[in-house]
Parts: sequence; C-alpha cells; structure tokens
Amino acid sequence: MSGIIGKKIGMTSMFNAEGKNIACTVIEAGPCVVTQVKSVETDGYDAVQLAFDDKKEKHTTKAMQGHFAKVNSPFKRKVVEFRNFTTEVKPGDVVKVDICPEGEFCDVVGTSKGKGFQGVVKRHNFAGVGGATHGQHNRMRATGSMGASSFPSRVLPGKRMTGHMGNDQVKIVNLQILKVMPEQNLLILKGAVPGAKGSYIKVEF
Amino acid sequence: MVVQIFSLLLHSQNFSQSLIHYSMDLIKIAEQNLIPVKETPDFKAGDTVTVFYKIIEGNKEREQQYQGVVLQRKGSGATQTFTVRKISNGVGVERIFPLYSPKITKIEVNKRGVVRRARIFYLRNISGKAARIEEKIVKTSDKKAK
Repeated sequence: MSGIIGKKIGMTSMFNAEGKNIACTVIEAGPCVVTQVKSVETDGYDAVQLAFDDKKEKHTTKAMQGHFAKVNSPFKRKVVEFRNFTTEVKPGDVVKVDICPEGEFCDVVGTSKGKGFQGVVKRHNFAGVGGATHGQHNRMRATGSMGASSFPSRVLPGKRMTGHMGNDQVKIVNLQILKVMPEQNLLILKGAVPGAKGSYIKVEF
Repeated sequence: MVVQIFSLLLHSQNFSQSLIHYSMDLIKIAEQNLIPVKETPDFKAGDTVTVFYKIIEGNKEREQQYQGVVLQRKGSGATQTFTVRKISNGVGVERIFPLYSPKITKIEVNKRGVVRRARIFYLRNISGKAARIEEKIVKTSDKKAK
C-alpha cells in the first residue's frame, strides 16, 4: 500500500466512455514531503510520515520546526503516517500525485462534517412516532421505547440515543481513481469523499 | 503552493474572482480537463430548440430528435443542464439534458421566445392557446453580427 495526503476541493461531474454522467470529487493531492521513515528496529513498526500544505513559521511550534528542519522542508500543516508504504522513499523526498495509479481503486480517510447534537431520527435513522394523530403531541421525532420493563429495569448499554453527530473519522473504501493531473496536482475520484471542502483527506491505494 | 496558485490564475479567465475562490478555479481547471470543449448555441428559457441525441438500441446506435420549449438552464460549468418540455400525444413530457453530454450531437435553436423569467415553470399549468410564447423579433443587423 502507498498513499498521499490531499485536500478536498469540491465535486463536479464528467462523462465516461459510454457517455454516462458520473459524479466525481476533485482533490488537490500533494506534493507531500517525506518527513520521517519509521522502521521496526528504531520505532517498533514500519511507517512513512508525509507532510502536506505550507504554513507560516509563527503558526509552527518549535518542536515541529525542528522536525521539519531535519529534512530541510518548509513547515507543513498536515502530517500523516502511512503504514506498509510500498513505494521506496527516504526522508526529504517529495511524493507527488503521479504515484497514484489511474483507473485503480483507493480508500479515502477523512473527517465527516459536524452535525452538532442531533436527535435519533437524523442520527440513527429511527422512524419517529408514526403519526400526529391518535393523541400524539410533541413527540413526532421521539425515540419511543427504551427497552423492556421490570426486567431488566434499566436501559441496556449501547442503546442508541440522541447526541453528537458527525466530525468523526470516516473511511470510504474502493473509490476509483478516474484521472490524475500531475501538472495541477489534482486527483479525480469517482463518487464522494467525507468532509467539507478544504478539509484534509488521506488517500490510500 | 504560491507559484502554483499564480499559474492557475494566469490560466483562468476571471482574475479577480479567482483570487478569492482559488479552490473554485481548481474545479474549473479540472472540468476543462474532464469535459471536452464543445460549442453550444446561445439559448435561454422560452426558446424552442431541437436536440439531436444518440441512443443505443441493442448494439445499434441511432440519432433521435427532441423538439420543445426550454424551461430552464441550470447549474454552471461542466455540470450545466437544460430542461426541454414538449407536448407529446396530449401529454406534457420534460427531459433534462446535460449541456455537455457527448450523446448530444447538435442543438438547434428554432425560435427565440419572449419570456420575462429565467425559469418558466408556469408553462406546466397552462395549455393550448395560453401556452403559446411570443416570438422574439431578431433584427437582421443582429443576425449578421452573429
């Protein structure tokens, strides 16, 4: 497996060979700097650390400044580790979007859009209470029963309830890489990826 | 990154806007690469158009025509679509075409209509004589200019 860090730009559509209109996501992927290569001997596991998107010195902690200085890299906003990186890289190398295989399938890890505190209808797809009539009042989107009565006399753990929704790490598997544009550092994926426009995503292939 | 944005600006048509929304321009650049450049005639809601589009029957491909009134144009860039309404055997039929679809071989503008709206959905509720659209008189000098 190898991968790259990207930024979600937005969605558009294109036509495939059969003339069908397919939705696709535009991702600005790379160029990423290899900031560290971890190995079993030194760190206990194999991994490659990539960094993406420039940021100013005043926004970088001293600790991270030192980390980037080790590989003579400008300061980067997003640092992500990739396990089982198959492409041979050494610290200081630049990983560009052209390592992405066009037509192949990839997985995308992102952070979903935050929805705030949500009820059970939106959060867990509950149906709510059937109708507004038959004496119902104020409970169209209510949870309904919490479980059985005198036995067990408590709500069982894991009962789905209201609460915070979204802003979670989400992985979407098997998205086809439709096109790679190395000049513009753009990656076109089939379908949608999690998160808002401008959010960082991890592309694994 | 800065150099990259600057080079994008040079290629984009709308310089001042792209300074604000550079991510929007990355989409435009992506679209330019994804959708082949295609000339489309200038038409708007109220115009009568004939759309020539290819359909595949089994393994044969043939061209079909669809003539009607444009109800709306929707979207921008590569995802732009337009809706065409016609009355077929007394039943109203509407079809939405992606403007840049490779299946559309030609769009012919038959008549320019005079309408006051960009989306003429009121046409759905009227029929017969009331559903006529006044034709726009195009001056000969304008025609020559085109």
